[in-house]
Amino acid sequence: MPTFVYMTRCDGCGHCVDICPSDIMHIDKTYRRAYNIEPNMCWECYSCVKACPQNAIDVRGYADFAPLGHSVRALREEAKGTISWKLKFRDGREKNFESPIRTTPWGSIKGPAEYDAPRLEDFARQELAHEPEALKVSGGLPALRPEQLKRGVI
Amino acid sequence: MMFATNPFAELSASIPPAVMQTYVVIMIVLVAAGTLFDILHKGSAKYFFANWRKTKSKARQVDGGELVSIAVKTAVVDVLASGEFCNARRRVAHLLTMYGFLLYVISTVVMVFNYSTAPIWPQLWWIGGLMILLGGYWFWFFIRADVAAEGNSPLRVMHADLFVLSLLASVTLGLIWAWLQASASAWTSLFFGLYVIANTVLFASVPWSKFAHMFFKPAAAFEKRVSYANGTRSNLPAPADKPEQFGSARTPPQHY
Repeated sequence: MPTFVYMTRCDGCGHCVDICPSDIMHIDKTYRRAYNIEPNMCWECYSCVKACPQNAIDVRGYADFAPLGHSVRALREEAKGTISWKLKFRDGREKNFESPIRTTPWGSIKGPAEYDAPRLEDFARQELAHEPEALKVSGGLPALRPEQLKRGVI
Repeated sequence: MMFATNPFAELSASIPPAVMQTYVVIMIVLVAAGTLFDILHKGSAKYFFANWRKTKSKARQVDGGELVSIAVKTAVVDVLASGEFCNARRRVAHLLTMYGFLLYVISTVVMVFNYSTAPIWPQLWWIGGLMILLGGYWFWFFIRADVAAEGNSPLRVMHADLFVLSLLASVTLGLIWAWLQASASAWTSLFFGLYVIANTVLFASVPWSKFAHMFFKPAAAFEKRVSYANGTRSNLPAPADKPEQFGSARTPPQHY
């Protein structure tokens, strides 16, 4: 089932609009609260559920892990780098999970645009652009010299 | 000089004080009636108490002392400091508008019911009005989610804008009227008429606008805090047992 928004909790901040990969979370024209404009195009990725600072968005979990009548709630704590999950099944059982979402500080990973553009000679090398740096291998990747390569089956 | 003069005292030469005072009382009655109608129409009180009973039956009991402490926290953090906002700009704009509105409304009532007030009241009226304009126009042109996140035109008007627009119209026209009256302009009457119309729309449109949020938002914030205290926390999982080490990564939504 697609996402839905608890109108009393949403404060219309727009974080879900920003993060939705399908671009289907929008701001309602009457109440200026978020809503899913195209529920049948929602693939239930939980991005907006996790991003919502007010925990105002809910979605029914996939049937393979949470059958009908359950509730799944997620709590993203970015300062701790964790996502906690709480599943309540209709027979009263409750399961709690806690997953790390990162081990390095926010913003410490460079985006592709922050690297220099590859030079022409980089295309002739075995390594991908910036790969030695990213892999922290000094002196480049170990590679075979041309004379070590097999020249075909005799 | 203009900032220390009661604009309603000068107006009493053309409009009897009793008429102005009756108008203010009618506006107060309209707000009260509109809020009650809103509560009945939306069933918000019914929903609030049903939710309250539901969580009470399942959760641990929160005793009286804890409830008082939660009520104080709600009043200080959520109401007086607009703690619900996660976006700092929205929070500042809301604080400016909220405290401006309080100063503006209280000083208006004081000045209408007592013309020989100390100069501090007109000054508070002007300061309150300017705070509303600063917070309100900042919100309207730059912070609104459909403008900041959806990329819509800042001039696009919709139903949700009824409260903020009528508030801004009322205060803008009120301040312009006071300024024109102090400079003895021929436009004074026109702007006074527009000021009264905008004021009436602001207070009479309570059932259709979000004016009543100032009454039900504190109730919702209190209920949320109680749900955290009694462990139900709207079905959310308990906070992770990990230290805080990464700081915040949130940036204002500006995808478009």
